[in-house]
Amino acid sequence: MTDAFPAALTGPTSKERKYDRQLRLWAATGQQALEDSRVLLVNSDGPLAQHSTGVSGVAGVEALKNLVLPGIGGFTIVDPATVTESDLGVNFFLEEESLGKSRAEETCRLLRELNPDVQGYHYSKRISDLTVDPDFLPRHKLIIISGPIRRSTLAPLCWQAKQLGIPVLYLHSVGFFSTFSVQLPAEFPIVETHPDPESTQDLRLLNSWPELVAAASKLETLDTLDDHQHGHVPYILLLLHFLEQWKQTHDGSAPSNYKQKTEFREFVRGQARTSNPEGGEENFDEAVSAVLKTISPFELRSSIRDIFNMEECQQLTSASQDFWIIASAIKSFHGSHGVLPLPGSLPDMKAQSADYVALQNIYKAKARKDVEEVTATVRQLESQIGRQSPAILDREIEVFCKNAAHIKVVRGRSIPQISIDSDASTLKKIRNELNSEDSLVPIFIATQILDSVVDEIQSNNLEKERSIDDSALWHSHTERILALLTGGDGVAMDTAAREQIARAIKEVRRAQGGELHNISSLTGGLVAQEALKVITRQYGPLDNTSVFDGARSRTEMYRL
Amino acid sequence: MDLDAETPGSPEAPVVDQQGRWKHLYNVLSKPGPYTDEDWVPGPETIQSLESSKIFGAGGLGCEILKNLALSGFKDIHVIDMDTIDISNLNRQFLFRQADIGKPKAEVAAAFVQKRVKGVTITPYVGKIQDKDEDYYMQFKIVICGLDSIEARRWINATLISMVDMEDPESLKPLVDGGTEGFKGQARVILPTLSSCIECQLDMHAPRPAVPLCTIATIPRQPQHCIEWAHQIAWQEKRKDDTFDSDDMEHISWVYNAAYERAQHFHIHGVTFQMTQGVVKNIIPAIASTNAVIAASTTSEVLKIASSCNPYLDNYMMYAGEEGVYTYTFEAEKKSDCPVCGNLARKMNVDRNMTLGEFIESLGERAESQLKKPSMRTEEKTLYQRFPPQLEESTRHNLELKLADLIEDGQEIAVSDPAYTIDFRFRLNFN
Repeated sequence: MTDAFPAALTGPTSKERKYDRQLRLWAATGQQALEDSRVLLVNSDGPLAQHSTGVSGVAGVEALKNLVLPGIGGFTIVDPATVTESDLGVNFFLEEESLGKSRAEETCRLLRELNPDVQGYHYSKRISDLTVDPDFLPRHKLIIISGPIRRSTLAPLCWQAKQLGIPVLYLHSVGFFSTFSVQLPAEFPIVETHPDPESTQDLRLLNSWPELVAAASKLETLDTLDDHQHGHVPYILLLLHFLEQWKQTHDGSAPSNYKQKTEFREFVRGQARTSNPEGGEENFDEAVSAVLKTISPFELRSSIRDIFNMEECQQLTSASQDFWIIASAIKSFHGSHGVLPLPGSLPDMKAQSADYVALQNIYKAKARKDVEEVTATVRQLESQIGRQSPAILDREIEVFCKNAAHIKVVRGRSIPQISIDSDASTLKKIRNELNSEDSLVPIFIATQILDSVVDEIQSNNLEKERSIDDSALWHSHTERILALLTGGDGVAMDTAAREQIARAIKEVRRAQGGELHNISSLTGGLVAQEALKVITRQYGPLDNTSVFDGARSRTEMYRL
Repeated sequence: MDLDAETPGSPEAPVVDQQGRWKHLYNVLSKPGPYTDEDWVPGPETIQSLESSKIFGAGGLGCEILKNLALSGFKDIHVIDMDTIDISNLNRQFLFRQADIGKPKAEVAAAFVQKRVKGVTITPYVGKIQDKDEDYYMQFKIVICGLDSIEARRWINATLISMVDMEDPESLKPLVDGGTEGFKGQARVILPTLSSCIECQLDMHAPRPAVPLCTIATIPRQPQHCIEWAHQIAWQEKRKDDTFDSDDMEHISWVYNAAYERAQHFHIHGVTFQMTQGVVKNIIPAIASTNAVIAASTTSEVLKIASSCNPYLDNYMMYAGEEGVYTYTFEAEKKSDCPVCGNLARKMNVDRNMTLGEFIESLGERAESQLKKPSMRTEEKTLYQRFPPQLEESTRHNLELKLADLIEDGQEIAVSDPAYTIDFRFRLNFN
């Protein structure tokens, strides 16, 4: 942020015009992060059975569409399948001429047409043939895997991604249902969370500083102002002025509870002039309605306190990420001042132009001063820990200070599954969710059973050809998964929960594991949205599972 | 465009293994599921009726909607769009390329999807939905809209409601509507006259409050105020002979420069070209992923309505993607005082000392009316009429009068607006 005026008119570049509607959401920094990233799509892992083609991979291709359009740097499609008749009825990024050709190559070709800025790569191989090259996965910033996929492929892939710190999205789209889960790196900090500006105003009326106090003290002459001037005093100064008056009759303390605040509010209301033609004053109305929201001492949110207490923040090393170094500097700022750096933004309010700008400058100057102090601490820390990498950019520190009250750290969790290796807490959460009648967790369980069925078909050389619609297979895997779910504490699942699961299975089996275009397109939208948030490190990513029920038009989020 | 060559069944049409191609779709249309109605008959009959359903689509979500309908088994789709392709569409409207800029959206999109998905016929019309009459809309089974203007939404809603003939079930055309803004959006299903309509839900989508004119004219504080001044006031003063065109780069540049100078004069920071465009064109952020989510949820509802293969949305799903994936599905209420589908006048509280002119101005911003150019009358007299000019002249003096001098407390007025074909009834209660 610079306060200098730009020298001359500079119109937008053609790239800025093309991406205008999204730059308004994630700005140039988000766009740059996108353009620096290549995404890997593992879209199938070989046939499900001898005469079956396997996963159609429509949701995966639709997700890529939504990443190619906004200008991701590049994508890689890994898919050993060849294009069949049924692909053409569900996948838009294939055409008549694609029949019999490599699906990876054909979808790659038609996706690339969407945006000449994007690189596309394709491999008609299984992913396990590619990961033998240790350089393959690290070329990518994110991995999307289309399920169902055999466990012997999924598990090592997720494990490698975790070691490399590459986020993974694992998805299913079957009939009217879809589910997907995100595996983020062990620590995933976000600075630009984009909170709602309405709910995040930080005006510090009870933690003011000398320049602000001085501005308010000029209002001693408030009563002598003419009606026009009186009606244009910025409400922030009005509140500060009346706070001083209040304190004089209240042992020097500001209103501290609801009762006092409402009394103070009435006190402010009573000071408005009503003898003017309008019968009231807008700036006083603004002051009155701001009392409850703004007359509170600064308080550190518990989520920020938690971040300050995290080990990464307390124990900096030469390898610490920028985030933790700045967080640590801000922690010591809070330690010495009892507040976070001032964000410095001011809402619009009834005021004369010059008065508003003067007040805005008081906030901006304080914010700048706070940034300078934090920057000095950052520089100190950098030399203390013997940091080798280049100094943290000033801009980065400034953005952090502005967002300090809303930073977030997500602790990445593994792709959830119901298996012998499952986390006990995951199983417990799933069981608890089953107590709620409206829960969509039965859909998650049904896709887990589908995974299990497919795992057996793909992994074992079954003597007899088994199809994905094999009732005996479904029966045995359903019993196995339900036993795993209840096994921990030996409590039998109640009939209602069992019935919910049976219904979800019935809907999945109705589609015979196949995809419907609408549901896959919607899922591709959701998956791409999460990919965008993870790659740009902006907004709040899913943590960690989303379930969509297209039969009843609902979604739910679960932390499994 | 020669559509005949693509008509299914004609000699030139490629021979397609229908069962193989539509395997996944036919699976769910040929078997009941746990949520399907007990009376539902799956199989060829359902497939046949789906494929013969004529669907009407319109709006900015059109690319996604056409693709989704074509891959949901619909064969006869009509699309209306008045816009031409702009460079800023390319980040999400995936059927358009750099070389298509300037061409009509409806034609390019229709030709693309018809070429890609064999056996589907898409009939484009370049123009406004308001160009067509009830006879035109009567031919469709379902209407699906991803319109970006609230005015067009209200128009199609009122039109479909006025078409309903209780004696003729075919006259009831379900309306499926979707809209997006950044990471947010909504999908809704409206059964005209039977369920909550767009007009019933109008106050859920309140317009952003406008900046008071005196702020813009005399006491700007924000960069946006300077842009509004350049756009609304400076342009009128300096270039009143040119009609302002927000797509003309020279015009935008002029406004930007004027706003920028004014901002400098008042020591206001932050006027940028991007912000200037955003303010004068009222730009709403839009991304491919949200478009995909909302378009697919609306087309999924169309598939369910047309085939009964699962229950359809009853009746509203709101969506927000900033923090994970959040949706809220609920039944919006049908209102008896809805000016379009209800039979009672809508109550409105007003200040008795307000002039008629001020009241008329306020109707544009009030969430429950949102009417830009209203004319109005009571049962006995015309209060203000914009057209014809003679009537405008003879009612103009009323604009200066206070409401209390023109109407009684609790009196009903009928309001018309050139954007809509119907009258809106309001009962005005004095505060």
